Amino acid sequence: MSRQPFVRPLPKASWYFGNARYRRYMLREVTCLLVGFYCFLMLWALAALAGGSAERWDAFLASQQNTAMLVVHAAALVYYLVYMTFDWFKLAPKAMPFQLGEKKLPDRIIVIAHYAAWAIVTLSIFWLAGVL
Amino acid sequence: MSTRELQLEVLRYDPEQDSEPHFQSYTVPCREDWAILDALNYVKENLDTTLSYRWSCHMMVCGSCGMMVNGEPSLTCKTFVRDLPDRVRIEPLAHFPIERDLVVVLDDVMEKLQRAQPWIIRHDDPPPADQEHIQSRAALYKFKQYTMCVNCMCCYAACPQYGLDPSFIGPAALALAHRYNRDSRDQGKADRLDILADYHGVWDCSFVGACSEVCPKSVDPAAAIQQMKVDGAIEWWKQKLPGGKR
Repeated sequence: MSRQPFVRPLPKASWYFGNARYRRYMLREVTCLLVGFYCFLMLWALAALAGGSAERWDAFLASQQNTAMLVVHAAALVYYLVYMTFDWFKLAPKAMPFQLGEKKLPDRIIVIAHYAAWAIVTLSIFWLAGVL
Repeated sequence: MSTRELQLEVLRYDPEQDSEPHFQSYTVPCREDWAILDALNYVKENLDTTLSYRWSCHMMVCGSCGMMVNGEPSLTCKTFVRDLPDRVRIEPLAHFPIERDLVVVLDDVMEKLQRAQPWIIRHDDPPPADQEHIQSRAALYKFKQYTMCVNCMCCYAACPQYGLDPSFIGPAALALAHRYNRDSRDQGKADRLDILADYHGVWDCSFVGACSEVCPKSVDPAAAIQQMKVDGAIEWWKQKLPGGKR
């Protein structure tokens, strides 16, 4: 008897369509496009600042204040806050488990600690920026 | 005990007859307390003796009966008829070559499990014959969950990273390496560095997390891999610091 194992390769481009778990993962990973967008935006802002002229900086600010950009920024904020933050903080106890003696710290304590740290950092930034 | 007719759609592949796998349907009168493995045994004993599949213990210990049940990697001895619809599709574990029917080729993961060096490595002199390696309960709990793996390979069938690129060392082998790295009696962390730092090691994992979701023994290989990434990053920084170890 000869062995002829049959290989079923995953389709390279569409592997995640048929599985809800994989689709959720891709929804998380697709945020890299937004990260890229904000990197580009920061470079653009730095270039405007480095020019040294108020007109260039004002032009950059004006370019961000139209309806389309406001919608993009609002959508990105909601996506990051609601989906990314929730998803990553939910996974944090896997990477950072904490054992006290023989007892493992419950996952939810680690998740809550992340939200607390996040709130403190956010409030600090607001305070430094003079918003608070 | 009431019975329910289940329509089993089983993927069949005979390497001597078929050019590719095809589904074959069986109508099985199932008791509600049956596992899918019982339904497969019913087929084998009453309907079709040619059906091939692996199983042994029927109690979630041997890890032989891993299959795709309605697309989900599952131990069929732990997947109950009462939790399933009337039509159930049974396929061999995804991402592995099919040897015959529901039997897959596991040579690749067997080699990978070896690469994890899953044994206690000691560089110090062994203790005298009348002494043991003493381990506290707290030290045991640092790795105990990773000892629960039964090598059913459901995690490999769930991992798209392994499906797309089988050179990835994969969840169970990494969890096994982590189990020994975390063992207070072991001194082989540096010996297992290849499996950790290799391009196809932990950094090939993009944290889909499917391995942990399907694991029938709650081993949580995704957690092991993320912790190995943290360990690896710390080691790397230690080397970069002035006066750090090289």
